[in-house]
Amino acid sequence: MTCEETGILLHALIDDELDAGHAHTIESHVASCPRCASQLRDYRRVRQALSAPAMRYPASTDLRARIEGALPPARAAAAPSRRSLLKGFAAGGMMSAAIAASLVVVVVRQEADQRILGDAVSAHLRALQGDHLIDVASTDQHTVKPWFNGKLDVAPPVVDLTPQGFALIGGRLDYLDGRPVAAIVYKRRAHVINLFVAPASAQAAGSERGAMAALQGFNVWRWAFSDLRFVAVSDINAEELQEFGDRLEASVKSGS
Amino acid sequence: MAVVAAGDDADRTRRFRDAALPHLDDVYTVARYMLRSAADADDAVQECYLRAFRHFDGFRGEAIKPWLLAILRNVCHAEFARRSGLLAVGGQADVAEDASPLWQEETHTAETELLRREDAERLRGLVAALPDPFREAIVLRDINDLSYRDIARVTGAPVGTVMSRIARARGMLREAWLKPEPEEPCGERHEETCK
Repeated sequence: MTCEETGILLHALIDDELDAGHAHTIESHVASCPRCASQLRDYRRVRQALSAPAMRYPASTDLRARIEGALPPARAAAAPSRRSLLKGFAAGGMMSAAIAASLVVVVVRQEADQRILGDAVSAHLRALQGDHLIDVASTDQHTVKPWFNGKLDVAPPVVDLTPQGFALIGGRLDYLDGRPVAAIVYKRRAHVINLFVAPASAQAAGSERGAMAALQGFNVWRWAFSDLRFVAVSDINAEELQEFGDRLEASVKSGS
Repeated sequence: MAVVAAGDDADRTRRFRDAALPHLDDVYTVARYMLRSAADADDAVQECYLRAFRHFDGFRGEAIKPWLLAILRNVCHAEFARRSGLLAVGGQADVAEDASPLWQEETHTAETELLRREDAERLRGLVAALPDPFREAIVLRDINDLSYRDIARVTGAPVGTVMSRIARARGMLREAWLKPEPEEPCGERHEETCK
């Protein structure tokens, strides 16, 4: 076999695309031809360098969130746990179906809530780690509020809490549980508070008292009022976030 | 009835996410190399995933990565080619007419930075400078690890063409990346190291 004939097949050899017979022919030519051997070495170096992880571009978390947010929500993943729970009740035979059913509702509801809180913490982290904390930078509530017009199917209340020590710095569009929500950004000293405002789902409509939770090292405050749900996430201490929540509640209620 | 339908929808979404989202970085990497812009790649990949989701019912269990990449390719051609002028429709870019030089001046990197990282940066630049069909073939093969047959499926070119494009691409990269260093006489570029 000549060098010319070998040429392109060197690449097929490197790429493991040759059958055993051809591979053997090329290999024996290379063994006796320094020029082709040196080419093969070079091409292998190129191939190896190209396959290094540093050559890849990972997709941003923002893009991932945009794509996930654009897909309809997938609830099926939670199904097995619900089913196995029901099976347990049935097998035990200790509870009536009615009680089991109401328990399932509670379990499912908590799963959804937990997921939203987890989503809120992730969104908070994403916003802090990337450079995408705010789309509209303004300390003026009358600039931030209209910015959301047409971007969401609700008009989130934007209240300025600067006099109360929580400075409004802007807003952005974010995603919770696969749905677009308003994220309103406040600052307390050097700490950022992300306040997410989303329309309440049909079955979860109704008011709910403000409550605190801690998740992954962050404090989370949640509240539902008329047809809106609020979730605030921050690394400020629980007392301060509670104060933020109380102030916000008072403002929103008096404004509505 | 509505409940069953909603369950099916949710199940479809979940199947799509489980199958397609793990390949997001692969698809994005190809988009970045083909479009040479982060913002364009973001838009193209998002559109690609939405189209893929819409057509997911037509997807029949073959390998999903080439399927996604073929959709990405359509998106790039349909929506971005004319605007950016970077992609040759039908992969007919003329090598001779490609103005961008293969060899680009090295960007100065801090001495503390790892050599390997510097290498990768330089190499990314060299890959980006390859003419479209060669860049596409080599990105799919060496960076994204697709077989010749899958590359043929994604690009619509025969396997023989794929093979020769890969050979050309590696040849050009070898010239640009490996050759200048040991063989070139000391020019300005190497002044510091050769003193």
